Amino acid sequence: MWQESVNVLVYEWLKMPHGEKLSDALNFFIYDTVKILFLLTVIIYAVTLLRSYFSTEKVREYLSKKHEYTGNVLAALFGIITPFCSCSAIPLFLGFLQARIPLGVTFSYLISAPLNNEIAIAMLLTMFGWKVAVLYIGFGLLVAIIGGIIIGRLGLESEILIEVKPIEGEIRAENQVIVFKTRLKDAWDYTFDILHKIWLYVLIGVGAGAFIHGYVPTEFITSIAGGDNPFAVPLATLLGVPMYSNAAGVMPLIEVLTSKGMLMGTALSFMMAITALSLPEAMILKRVMSLKLIAIFFGTVTLGIMGVGYLFNAIL
Amino acid sequence: MKIEILGTGCSKCKALEEATKQAVAQSGKFAQIEKVEDIMKIMEYNVMSTPGLVIDGKVVSTGKLLSVAEIVDLIKAH
Repeated sequence: MWQESVNVLVYEWLKMPHGEKLSDALNFFIYDTVKILFLLTVIIYAVTLLRSYFSTEKVREYLSKKHEYTGNVLAALFGIITPFCSCSAIPLFLGFLQARIPLGVTFSYLISAPLNNEIAIAMLLTMFGWKVAVLYIGFGLLVAIIGGIIIGRLGLESEILIEVKPIEGEIRAENQVIVFKTRLKDAWDYTFDILHKIWLYVLIGVGAGAFIHGYVPTEFITSIAGGDNPFAVPLATLLGVPMYSNAAGVMPLIEVLTSKGMLMGTALSFMMAITALSLPEAMILKRVMSLKLIAIFFGTVTLGIMGVGYLFNAIL
Repeated sequence: MKIEILGTGCSKCKALEEATKQAVAQSGKFAQIEKVEDIMKIMEYNVMSTPGLVIDGKVVSTGKLLSVAEIVDLIKAH
């Protein structure tokens, strides 16, 4: 229905000819931006509202009673439903260790939380549908669980630069009572805040996508990101690591690239690398952990993400 | 009354500090405002999501940029 409305706007009101590259690109641009921004608003709002019921403090209390392995799995799962921002990575990291949660379990959470952020989930649902979103989350959990277990096994506790004093006695999270109306308002404020931050990236991303959609030949994309290039996955992963705040702008591009022959595994690797690892986060973490630990953290996750890409390309 | 803002220097923490200053002025109460940036001190309050707001040693809000009106309510409720 929305596509028909855009057709009317572009071909009848603006009187642009059918089948021309410029009118097709414009049609695609209007259709995609409005669709994406609308669905983003709905999904981010829903996710944020749901998340207001889970606090990191409660998760910490729960995880502190679990052992390794079970802890890794649960920490990765909690990473989906708790809110996370890279500015709170340090208090979170130290807070977990304070509660005597093992280092590996803490890392499972630290990998999963940014990977499963609300923008990524909303973008995936909007552009690729629920199947790809579920696959992304599933493989993301796998990377977080295995990555955390590996880091935990390496005995890197001495690489933490700040002495963490464990909390004495029982760990308890204070219950904050929030009325439902406040939750609704907070979720809306937060959604608006995010949209305000990303709308320009979305426009640029869709604009670039529309250009590729209309002008770049499919053969060109296939030759770089298709099945014939064995280095597509590592290349996509390494390209994705330095991008972070632009995730919202990159995803519309990936949608177009996959429709033009980029393999889904390569696309998944790219998306995961963008969200899971960010240079600003590394800079922040440098204050509490050694470069060696950060390098191992980034290295493990990068390899895990590449593994997911190859695995996925091989299956499909 | 002593109000502390817990935050490691993110933009939301600075915004909360500003909002708190306005809220104190509006509430007409006398309060000392202090920004706590030392991570170890923040950890002592058991707060993991910044920014946090502490009134007289009690954590009243975490991980949220409160509006001026909300802070006024918290000050009055205290």
